[in-house]
Amino acid sequence: MKTERKEKGAPVMGRLLRYLFSRYKGRLFAVLLCILVASAAHVSASVFLQRIIDDCITPALTDGYASMFPRLFVLMGIMGGAFALAVVCVFFHTRLMAVVAHLFLKQIRKDMFEKMESLPVKYFDTHTHGDIMSTYTNDVDAIMQLAMQCIPGIVCSAIMIAAYVGVMLYYSVWLTCIVFGFAVLMILSARVVGGISSRNFVQQQKTIAKAEGYIEEMMNGQKVVKVFCHERAAKEGFDAINAELCACADKANGFANILGPITGNLGNLLYVVLAFAGGAMMFADVANVHCFGVNTLTAGVIVSFLAMSRSFANNVMQMAQTLTAVVQAGAGARRVFALIDQPSETDDGYVTLVNAREENGRLVECAERTGRWAWRHPHVADGSVTYTEVKGDILLDDVDFGYEENKTVLHGVTVYAKPGQRVAFVGSTGAGKTTITNLINRFYDIADGKIRYDGININKMKKADLRRSLGMVLQDTNLFTGTVRENIRYGRLDATDEEVEAAARLAGAHDFIMHLPHGYDTPLTADGANLSQGQRQLLSIARAAVADAPVMIMDEATSSIDTRTEAIVQEGCNRLMQGRTVFIIAHRLSTVRAADVIMVLEHGRIIERGNHEQLIAQKGKYYQLYTGAFELE
Amino acid sequence: MVFKTLSKSVREYKASAVLTSLFMVGEVMLECLIPLVMAQLINGLGGPSMSPVVKFGCVLIGMAMTSLLCGVLSGRLAAKAATGFAKNLRRDLFYKVQTFSFGNIDRFSSAGLVTRLTTDVTNVQNAFMMIIRMAVRFPLMFCTALIMAFAINVKMTCIFLGIVPVLGIGMGLLIAKVYPMFDGVFKKYDALNDSVQENIKGMRVVKTYVREEHEKQKFERSAEDIRKTFTRAEKLIALSNPLMWFCVFAATLLISGLGAMLTVKSFGGFDAAGDPVWGELSTGEIASLFTYIGQIFSSLMMLAMVLVMIIMASASAKRIAEVLQEKSEIVSPENALTHVADGSVDFCGVDFAYATDSEKNALENVELHIKSGETVGFIGGTGSGKTSLVQLIPRLYDVRGGCVKVGGADVKAYDVDALRNSVAMVLQKNLLFSGSIADNLRWGDENATDEEVQAAARLACADEFVCGFPDGYDTHIEQGGSNVSGGQKQRLTIARALLKKPKILILDDSTSAVDTRTDALIRKAFRENIPDTTKLIIAQRTASVMDADRIVVMDGGRIAAVGTHEELLCSCDIYREIHELQNRDGGEDAA
Repeated sequence: MKTERKEKGAPVMGRLLRYLFSRYKGRLFAVLLCILVASAAHVSASVFLQRIIDDCITPALTDGYASMFPRLFVLMGIMGGAFALAVVCVFFHTRLMAVVAHLFLKQIRKDMFEKMESLPVKYFDTHTHGDIMSTYTNDVDAIMQLAMQCIPGIVCSAIMIAAYVGVMLYYSVWLTCIVFGFAVLMILSARVVGGISSRNFVQQQKTIAKAEGYIEEMMNGQKVVKVFCHERAAKEGFDAINAELCACADKANGFANILGPITGNLGNLLYVVLAFAGGAMMFADVANVHCFGVNTLTAGVIVSFLAMSRSFANNVMQMAQTLTAVVQAGAGARRVFALIDQPSETDDGYVTLVNAREENGRLVECAERTGRWAWRHPHVADGSVTYTEVKGDILLDDVDFGYEENKTVLHGVTVYAKPGQRVAFVGSTGAGKTTITNLINRFYDIADGKIRYDGININKMKKADLRRSLGMVLQDTNLFTGTVRENIRYGRLDATDEEVEAAARLAGAHDFIMHLPHGYDTPLTADGANLSQGQRQLLSIARAAVADAPVMIMDEATSSIDTRTEAIVQEGCNRLMQGRTVFIIAHRLSTVRAADVIMVLEHGRIIERGNHEQLIAQKGKYYQLYTGAFELE
Repeated sequence: MVFKTLSKSVREYKASAVLTSLFMVGEVMLECLIPLVMAQLINGLGGPSMSPVVKFGCVLIGMAMTSLLCGVLSGRLAAKAATGFAKNLRRDLFYKVQTFSFGNIDRFSSAGLVTRLTTDVTNVQNAFMMIIRMAVRFPLMFCTALIMAFAINVKMTCIFLGIVPVLGIGMGLLIAKVYPMFDGVFKKYDALNDSVQENIKGMRVVKTYVREEHEKQKFERSAEDIRKTFTRAEKLIALSNPLMWFCVFAATLLISGLGAMLTVKSFGGFDAAGDPVWGELSTGEIASLFTYIGQIFSSLMMLAMVLVMIIMASASAKRIAEVLQEKSEIVSPENALTHVADGSVDFCGVDFAYATDSEKNALENVELHIKSGETVGFIGGTGSGKTSLVQLIPRLYDVRGGCVKVGGADVKAYDVDALRNSVAMVLQKNLLFSGSIADNLRWGDENATDEEVQAAARLACADEFVCGFPDGYDTHIEQGGSNVSGGQKQRLTIARALLKKPKILILDDSTSAVDTRTDALIRKAFRENIPDTTKLIIAQRTASVMDADRIVVMDGGRIAAVGTHEELLCSCDIYREIHELQNRDGGEDAA
């Protein structure tokens, strides 16, 4: 497995920007332009007042009321126009941003989901479902915030800061130096306080996860707690975690709350210091250096400079706070990109599954569904193509396998399954029964040995086609949101309603489905929570039946369902197994007895094989297992 | 009502909350006063000497320091109050749930309770902090700015009064329109997350049927649906921004235009020194009015946002209050019995229903008397009432009619803990908790010695496989017991129940995943080692109950038949049918 890339903040930001700009370049530039125009109008509002006072009011004080009129209206007209333009710009930029934000959000979700669908089963076995889920919920939110609020915020503040620096330098270099000093102080304090705060937020997140785990466990087990009168211990455990969570949250929020007052009042302090320094320079007649030369400071310059410094401080403050937020959001963005960067499941098979029909005793490929299938095997050497009928003949030849390297869990497993045979795997938990079935459909690749399907090495087969030819009924039935009909049709999307119904009848599911409020169109919610365990199993059998694959892998459910339903499920299974090669992980001896071949597994090795009678005669492990039930009688 | 329930959890943090608001008032006051002092400072700069500058500078520094102090204290205290409140709220919720009866638990799903304890509490915590800080800050800023404006000029301030309602009504309409849209979006979000979850859990099914493309399309459709609705809502919300700027700009234009006219019209000429004599308004006052425009509208805007956030959190608050207001159905009586005499159980004409308002009873007139030390099997289809019946013994639910007696006394007369400590029940949906195996078993008896733990495990046929683990009894169990097999889990939960040394032991379908041989061994161990304990065994397999003293066949909430295995085979059709279904594959099983 590839080691996860450790990206620092900057590359993540860069990547995010590329991601954004490569898709929404035009719109983002329009947004930027609108922001610029709106800010310009905003700044000009203060200039506007100056003009009104200097051009209208002051002359009118001596020339009389009437003299200011045309000028006042002209000025107000110009400003009105500028303001109207600004309002329009604000309107467009917020609107555009809303549109882009959700396009981006959808795109990133789509990219994540598409990647996830392509990941190998191993990924899901080695990552907790909660972690993957939180990438979709919390981390996407973080990346969204980063892209839509932090980045424009930083751009905006940066533009304003640059503008103010230019103007301040135009007034006085000395005073600008003081402003710079304070800016550094503000950024430092924001980094320190913000840093403590975000460290505690991270800690809080961890504690929340821990608390959530505890709460979830206790709430799920609440009935057990009651039965064992364990309430006191449960409360004690909870109080400890709760206190820890409170302490973290207090620190995180506390430091976040004081950041504002600290930087804000540093701004006030800056104001006083500037007034002192400016005043002192003015009264002491110190030469003032500005970017075009040297002059003396006047009261007017100091006043303008003071106003400027306030706006400058506000922007620095905003930028400092945004930067803290960026650090927090960066972690989420990194996890999103980590998912997108996961290597997909590779599929370099070239043997494909095709519909076939017999012509003059030879198998030929055809487009329509014939109910007969063939493996289309192109040969690179001479460019010829051979067709092999799909029969369901499976051979595992001396297979070794381990989920991790150097930790072999299957040793030299050899299994022959002739078409139509039922092969049962028996053994204790961890003996390797499920592992074998994970290999036939290539959820995992074997370390050594060979698996052949109708004589063809399964490594040459296209994974999708290999899997299409294997039906599967798993122990845990997973259903999907949608109607009953859609869930059965999941096995084969082009199945007609009649075929869906026929499959349901075969599985023995038709009767209960007809009793549902809307029959086949009854919607299933939350993984079929509105169905009983037995009914869910029947649906998963029907789903496999509609797929009609020549080879079936079945993992018998251990969960207890009542005898009548169980009998129906058993009958459904039996009908489904008719005429197919079946691998079955058996938990009931009645199922085992009906198998053609029984493999007894222990510690990843097949220790006994044969049919029921042979194994009983052998008087080995199987005999013990089987007769164990009766030794007390 | 909701507010009252939740406010009970503030408790020791009341002082912090009040102080937060007070310091916030101080901070806002100073923030409003500082510009006035700054104006004085600027005036000083125009004067002939440095001394007024120094004087007002020092005042300003003092004010800034006080403001800083207020701000920091208010911020710290707000965090303390809000997180403390959240802590109390979580604690109250958790403690409340601990008092819940099974009936209460059934009404709230466990997922629902988890959400309330986590997300909902966090939402309320943030809203609380918002209320004690921002809901004080912005109205106060709004009022102060308005008062300052009035102090300068009443006529000009009327302009504000004219425009403020425009913004207020505009924002109100927007929120009213957008809020339900967001509500809808969040539901769709849940659906989208459900479908992701479904895919993560069911990835093997997706891959087996090669449905990756199909799932991608499905996902894309719902993601697109969310995007469309969300964009529509956000486009509306986006109107608030230009609306706000429109108000600010309108006020700016009107004040400068009308202000200029008023200033000139009321101008009193120049005095002897050549200084202007202002009438109703001066140029400097126009400038001050300008700063208040920003303050008034931005605080109004923020107030609207705070309101929205509080409205959003109110849904969470309501859900929390629901739990806190729930009354536990089962409480110990006064002068309760604390000793259970023996393991006899009597059901006297018991009627029972899960919901108080349901018309159909889950149990109907059940009459059954079990002697101490007896082994009784229960059998019957899903919904026949087996589990309902045994759950009444440790008083997990209360009967609707009739009574249940344990050790000769009504279960309602016992102290609930005392009763449950004498009745060990292994639930159908059983759970292990994260921790070592020994920790899990000690749930039955905290003070059990290692030997006692091992003895109980041996009785439940768990000792053998536990010792097979490298860490033995110290083996860590993952949450939900995911690292042991179903059969092993069931045996451990039986051992846990045995450690209670109960007078009555109830196994609710607790050996379904255990192989038949072990199942029989466990029953044999029970017979030999705890003969005085009353054993009630619910099972699906007739093999699990056939050696019981009596077997009770349940059907549709009633007792259909009672008898031994042989008697029932002859007399009870239901029992015979179940038995034959389970043994039809071969003759041997029936032997």
